[in-house]
Amino acid sequence: MPITYTSGEQVEVYRFSLPVTIGVPLLALIVQAYVPKYFPSFAVYVDLPLLVTIFFAMARRNPVAGLFTGAIIGLVQDMLGSREIGIYGIAKTVVGYGASSLGVKLDVENAGARFLVTLGFYLVHSAVYFTVARGLVNSTHHWSWSRGVLAGLVNAFLGVILYFMLDRFKQRT
Amino acid sequence: MESVLGRYRNLIILMGVLFLQVLGLAVQVKKGEGHDTRLIRVWALGAITPFERALVWVQTSTGNVWHNYFYLRGVRAENRQLKEQIEQMRLEQVRLSEDAAQARRLQTLLAFKEQFISKTVAAQVIGTSGSDLSRIVTIDKGENAGIRRDMAVITADGIVGKVLLVSPSLAQVLLISDQSSGVGAILDKSRLQGVLRGTPNGEVVLERVMSDEQVQPGESVMTSGGDQIFPKGLPVGTVAKVGTGKDLFLTIRIKPAANLSKLEEVLVLTEKQEREAVADDHVRVRAADILAQRLPSVPDKPATDATSTGVAPGDSPAPAGTSPAAKPAGTTASNAAGVVKGASGNTVAKSAAAVPVQPGKPTAQTSSQTSSQTSAAPKPKPVNKPSTETKPESAPAQPPTQPSIVEDKPTAPPIQPDPPPPSQDNSPQ
Repeated sequence: MPITYTSGEQVEVYRFSLPVTIGVPLLALIVQAYVPKYFPSFAVYVDLPLLVTIFFAMARRNPVAGLFTGAIIGLVQDMLGSREIGIYGIAKTVVGYGASSLGVKLDVENAGARFLVTLGFYLVHSAVYFTVARGLVNSTHHWSWSRGVLAGLVNAFLGVILYFMLDRFKQRT
Repeated sequence: MESVLGRYRNLIILMGVLFLQVLGLAVQVKKGEGHDTRLIRVWALGAITPFERALVWVQTSTGNVWHNYFYLRGVRAENRQLKEQIEQMRLEQVRLSEDAAQARRLQTLLAFKEQFISKTVAAQVIGTSGSDLSRIVTIDKGENAGIRRDMAVITADGIVGKVLLVSPSLAQVLLISDQSSGVGAILDKSRLQGVLRGTPNGEVVLERVMSDEQVQPGESVMTSGGDQIFPKGLPVGTVAKVGTGKDLFLTIRIKPAANLSKLEEVLVLTEKQEREAVADDHVRVRAADILAQRLPSVPDKPATDATSTGVAPGDSPAPAGTSPAAKPAGTTASNAAGVVKGASGNTVAKSAAAVPVQPGKPTAQTSSQTSSQTSAAPKPKPVNKPSTETKPESAPAQPPTQPSIVEDKPTAPPIQPDPPPPSQDNSPQ
């Protein structure tokens, strides 16, 4: 199976079983839809489907797999909302492609790298989302740097914890 | 060529996937409303909501165990408190029913049509959209329960939103805090009308109120009925902040009456009725009638036919503003009205019982009850039995639901053996 060499180091490519491939994103979507019923701020500051997208994309290190993972998760997330279908889909497609491309070139196994990568991709995701929402769908959403950065930090912190939990499901190729 | 495709394969696939999604977005934006995506949304909901239902079931079961077995401390005190509250509300209801009757009379004069909520379906909130940019909740009832698109959703506190998407067993509700929602609203005191909208950050604002109008924070906001979704008069919230907006309009921030961020159960208005208000003119109470009730000494004209002035037991409502249901325990029809002997020596029903006025509207009833009951109720008849006959004291006790008239009435002796000669003096004794 392919092993990518970057800067002389081996970067391993992982795969996941089918139940994990389907179950983890599904669980993320369920939790994302259920928890704001009791904690409305959860929907504002946490995007679990995004974290799962980043995790799978970085672990598989395959841009095509990453972009399709992001597209599917994003489209399902769109379907659960009232907005046009495709806004989250486009944003997460870009993130999935970017995360897997980055995963090919960088070792993102340590906590610090994961924190920074998640923070960066959260901001990329937000930027793409708002660009599409305002440019294509004529939405009136306003971008708030303070809220965006705070949400990015929260997601990055949660992401680090979540990634270490999900590492157990990795299977070496 | 092949090497170029192979080299940029990933990028080409990315562009293709993005292009397809942008194309799909463009189609949705052009067609609008999202009707074409209904099926796919229903599928997505169908995949997610069974798990949410299970979570809600587990949570409810656990909560029930806690509430039914471990959390009974303070129930007695709470019960006592609630009973006191009921008494206060009964008193308030007496006053409000009078106001409602008056309003109905005015509406009849103006041929107004009212909308009544005739049927609701209770549903439980089982999920949300999971995004702060799309404020919708999912409820566990759908088409099978009679829910249809664009039905109003409320709680006991106020309005919540409208039904956006319906599947056989589920429905999505667009909250009033979503930026794509719009509700016709009216300010309670100033009667200014506007459009209630959500903002991107989840707040609710009242738009289209001119900036030269005076709006005070704390003022209540109700539905105006202009949107044809919400019936008129449902509570929306209170004015939280008033600011100047754009284009000569005020921006009025509203604090919703219903707690939109923590919804548990909601009611879907599945049926509304529109009918003209019916005023019960024959039960109108004039000041003179009430005065007549309260003056037991005012003699009546002697009855020419004692039989025609009687009341068969259980036949007609009690005279002088006392309906049987509203009569205090132990109060009889005859002594409530007062009974006097006529000049001829025959005993006749006294005062309001013999006076052809019908002040007997049960004021402690709800407006709808009052309307239906009073319209069907016969006019009080004079007693057809000798008026000295009183109802048994063992008559079933009724709750004192009509304090304003019954309790204030002087307890005149049931029989006045020596009535004064007829006089026009109405002064109280």
